[in-house]
Amino acid sequence: MALASLLGMVTLARADVTIEVTGTGARQLPVAIAAMAGEAGLKEPLTAVIRSDLEGSGRFRLVETGNTPLVEVPAAGELNGWKGRGADALSTGTVRVDADGSIQVRLRLFDTLTQKPLAGFELRAKAGETRRAAHQLADLIYEALTGEKGVFSTRIAYVLKQGKRYELQVADADGHNAQTVIGSNEPIMSPTWSLDGNQLAYVSFERKKPIVFVQDVYTGGRRAVAAFKGSNSAPAFSADGRSLAVTLTIDGISQLYMVDVAGGAPRRLTRSNSIDTEPAFSPDGKTIAFTSDRGGSPQIYTMPSGGGEPQRLTFEGPYNVSPSFSPDGKSLTFIRRENGRFVVATMDLASRQSLTLTSGSDESPSFAPNGKLILFASEAGGRGVLATVSSDGQYKQRLSASGDAREPAWGPYAGQIAVSRLSSNP
Amino acid sequence: MNKTLASLTLVGLLAACASTPKPAPVEEKPVDKPVAPVANTQPAKPVEAVKVDPLKDPSNILSKRGVYFDYDKYDIRADQQALVEAHGRYLAANPGRSVRVEGNADERGSREYNLALGQKRAEAVRKALTVVGAQEKQIEATSNGEEKPRATGHDEASYAENRRADVVYDGE
Repeated sequence: MALASLLGMVTLARADVTIEVTGTGARQLPVAIAAMAGEAGLKEPLTAVIRSDLEGSGRFRLVETGNTPLVEVPAAGELNGWKGRGADALSTGTVRVDADGSIQVRLRLFDTLTQKPLAGFELRAKAGETRRAAHQLADLIYEALTGEKGVFSTRIAYVLKQGKRYELQVADADGHNAQTVIGSNEPIMSPTWSLDGNQLAYVSFERKKPIVFVQDVYTGGRRAVAAFKGSNSAPAFSADGRSLAVTLTIDGISQLYMVDVAGGAPRRLTRSNSIDTEPAFSPDGKTIAFTSDRGGSPQIYTMPSGGGEPQRLTFEGPYNVSPSFSPDGKSLTFIRRENGRFVVATMDLASRQSLTLTSGSDESPSFAPNGKLILFASEAGGRGVLATVSSDGQYKQRLSASGDAREPAWGPYAGQIAVSRLSSNP
Repeated sequence: MNKTLASLTLVGLLAACASTPKPAPVEEKPVDKPVAPVANTQPAKPVEAVKVDPLKDPSNILSKRGVYFDYDKYDIRADQQALVEAHGRYLAANPGRSVRVEGNADERGSREYNLALGQKRAEAVRKALTVVGAQEKQIEATSNGEEKPRATGHDEASYAENRRADVVYDGE
């Protein structure tokens, strides 16, 4: 993510996005990310992206290293010197650019306190994959230093409204590299990823009413998979990616159905006289969480994905909607109305304990694939912005684009470059 | 939630204009049958009558298309009954015409849940149209949810304007 300031409130404008750290958690780990040898031959930045990712995560403070590369394996005395300059960890590296433009990167991470190597990685990336390689290396540094998987190499989808124009965009998790998947003068809403990250399902009004489309993110090929009489909305991919849970109105009121991506007749999942919508699959595919007002107010229910009696999950407050599972399937994030404001909350499914993470006005929460962050739509200065909050509520970030950003969905780990680990005793 | 128009940027104003319905132009269409001249008056000149399309005649109730609902209510309000019945009867008398009933919702809360609330309003109008003789095949109930607000403010007056279902005729 972009260079948030050391003090936490300075923003850095970029071509497409601005990221602002709006609240930091506990201590930030001081790290020195040295320039890599051979980097001058690259067309795209490498070290700068790694530094930006780590600093933007709010978990690290960058110690100045300058632009001169360090030797890949520094002597103990040199590591001690970095400790003296305040860094708890140091990374060094080497890049080699081959004739075809592909790059080979080696990165080593050292503990300056013990003066021992922590980890080492090597990868080969095709021409044009430098930024992705940098995000993956940042993920590996993040994991080595925090014990949690990084999400810098993942992607997000969201809808950007600029004037009358709606664009479904996909961008790197830092908001960079934004690409328009589809544009329309009619509303687009509810984008959601397939588990393999290759497809997006969304709702488009391009034919004057809501219709569910599935689109291949790489080829751009798309098809209407739910265009039945009435409204078609709220798509959610099944675990195998071959079918979608959707909300249809072919029998009057909004109910949940399954439709095959390949086409065919819809199969009805819920049978109520009330609104049933916003289906979300658990990661193992066995459970569907959804919003229903069958109890008199919109609340979250769960049911077996093969069909069966729904169980009410939320009881606190008059309005609990938009459920989405954590990657481990143990909790849900959702929107709750609290004191008249719509806020992001989570619920532990075993204990049924819920936790409010934000202060509103928020919508459309989804977990990062490491389960540690939640991406949601919020408001700032009268515009829609995207924001993240850590799942403990401690750390917040805002990501604003040039327009009205809304309906974000965090994508899965996908399209990773193969990485080999270097021996820790070089 | 609509987040576009809290501040009146140029872009916001353009969007607001775009979502404001155009005044219905009064168009004249040739009538199906010439109106019979009134007896005993000027028999030398039969009247070449031209009838105004009732759907576009501002003095005709059929030119009104918005059916308004109370907060958190999804039944046809007493003061909206005449309008819905007029469209239902028009459809019954003109089986070649069809409509899409587009439900709307105010911006508060989940976009998908609001789509379902708009659908509930559209469905109520659809049923009411069939009660007075419109055929099922003439009507499709759909929802815009909070995606196409006519009023873009963040106040009760705007919310009330957007708790509405519109009767949209084929070709419109």
